[in-house]
Amino acid sequence: MNTVLDIHGLEVAYGKVEALRGLGLTVGEGEIVALLGNNGAGKSTTVSAISGVVRSRAGSVTAFGENITAAPPWSIVERGIVHVPEGRRIFSRLTVHENLQLGGYTVPDTRSIDRRIEQVYDLFPRMAERRAQQGGTLSGGEQQMLAIGRAMVAGPRLIMLDEPSMGLAPLVVAQVMDAIVAINRAGTSVLLIEQNARAALKIAHRGYVIDSGRVTVTGSAAELRADPHVVEAYLGA
Amino acid sequence: MNDESTLRAGEEPLAYAGAVEERGPANVALGGRGVATPAASGRTTAGRALSGVLASRWLGPCVALAALALPYLNSSTYVIQIAVDALIFVMLAVGLNIVVGYCGLLDLGYAAFFAIGAYTSGLLSTRFGWPLLATIPVVVAAAVLGGLLIGGPTLRLRSDYLAIVTLGFGEIIRITANNLDVTGGPNGLYGIPGFGDFGLRSDIALYWVTAVVVCLAVLFAGRLGRGRLGRAWRFVREDEDAAEAMGIHTYKVKFAAYIAGAVFGGIAGVLFAAHQTAISPPSFNFLWSALILMAVVLGGMGSTPGVVTGALAISLLPELLRGAENWRYLIFGLLLIAVMIFRPQGLLPARTGEARRRGRRVRGGAS
Repeated sequence: MNTVLDIHGLEVAYGKVEALRGLGLTVGEGEIVALLGNNGAGKSTTVSAISGVVRSRAGSVTAFGENITAAPPWSIVERGIVHVPEGRRIFSRLTVHENLQLGGYTVPDTRSIDRRIEQVYDLFPRMAERRAQQGGTLSGGEQQMLAIGRAMVAGPRLIMLDEPSMGLAPLVVAQVMDAIVAINRAGTSVLLIEQNARAALKIAHRGYVIDSGRVTVTGSAAELRADPHVVEAYLGA
Repeated sequence: MNDESTLRAGEEPLAYAGAVEERGPANVALGGRGVATPAASGRTTAGRALSGVLASRWLGPCVALAALALPYLNSSTYVIQIAVDALIFVMLAVGLNIVVGYCGLLDLGYAAFFAIGAYTSGLLSTRFGWPLLATIPVVVAAAVLGGLLIGGPTLRLRSDYLAIVTLGFGEIIRITANNLDVTGGPNGLYGIPGFGDFGLRSDIALYWVTAVVVCLAVLFAGRLGRGRLGRAWRFVREDEDAAEAMGIHTYKVKFAAYIAGAVFGGIAGVLFAAHQTAISPPSFNFLWSALILMAVVLGGMGSTPGVVTGALAISLLPELLRGAENWRYLIFGLLLIAVMIFRPQGLLPARTGEARRRGRRVRGGAS
């Protein structure tokens, strides 16, 4: 299996606060990898460091065989790594369709943008119904779908989802997770950041549990589901 | 407030979904406001007609043609004089709209670029005898340089900081002009030549040069806002972080808006210098920056037809209100407050993209 993303000894600090202390993980091609942990464990920092929004102090990020540790954010999107930020961050005053068009900003060919937007509408029929509606008028789940759809228009090879289940009803969480599986089946690797370990481990192939900026447990989704430590801390059963 | 809600109730035969959509900047006509429910359907038709006119691709060329034809309609010195002032103001407002309206960068010192343009062309023409047209490339270069100097460090900052720094920049340029000998100090520069009279009455010749330049500028700005760069500006304005996460080089995009605005301001300065024939530092004080910003906000940020309307309103209303004598600035102020209360999104707010229009057509077919 080819490696899409390879992180080694990543260290990030906000001033004196060390958010990541030598974190390492890999994502293989076609995989869904879950990154689990509590608030403040360093999940979002990891994604921000990969997408170049936050600079790392040490360590390396390699994507598709190239070192992208110091690459600026826009070039990382051009390489096919797209980040769906926490809290969705859709453009609430622009229409659904315009939001999707932004996703294609780095794609020079308008026809493939249109084709991918149609694919998003196929994946989320709800978006097609609401294409002329302002993003801010959508429900939370719809906004999450829009954020995922927007990222898909960029044609990513790796999509990083930061807490897609946040603030959603269990039924909607299941729908979002189904969509992630569909995207993955279509050939996109997924790095899924979640606090909702139960939902994430249902669809992930492998997982990492991080705590205080380090990986504490790793294994296949089935192993993690069975790990007593994980069960106690994150699955609450 | 009250009559607005009755109107809304009157025009509500459409589905609920429509109501949600229309809650944003609704593109309905100003005309008919205050007319009660029976006229509601007529109002919607008028509103639709107006949106149709506004959406038409012929709107720009028609207005441009009307502007060019003005001397044939009325060629009194007073009218031409006021019209040139108004056109220059339109150019400034359209330029600032690129920065504030399209890209969402609050620039409180826009008059600085206006001053740079006016002084550069004034200096070159009075001290070195350059023809005014030949100064334009230098003015553009000077405006770009000014934009680089001020934008380079400040565009890394976010909103409030940018506003403060640009405010300072506007004052620095004015005070510098006030204290340098080469710019004539407080007396300024005088005897600036026009563009030549082309065998016409000199003020009409200047009017036509101004009208052509301003029309081209407005059309160009409108195009700029609709292109790929315009889309990037809109995304940066709405959410800079999300735009960056989607691969937009936000710093470069903001810089482009700032420099484009600077060039518009600089060229407006050339027109101003030619029109006034004399320029002095007080012509470029903070009030100018504020008035230009007001035109942009009044007209509707990010909407070219709106900003042109806003600029015309701000520059022409005090003249039209001349009959009210000493009361006119009071009335002017009250009118502005009234507009901001009843149309906070501006006179002709920007409509969002093609998707909205398409959605409307679909809805029309369903009902």
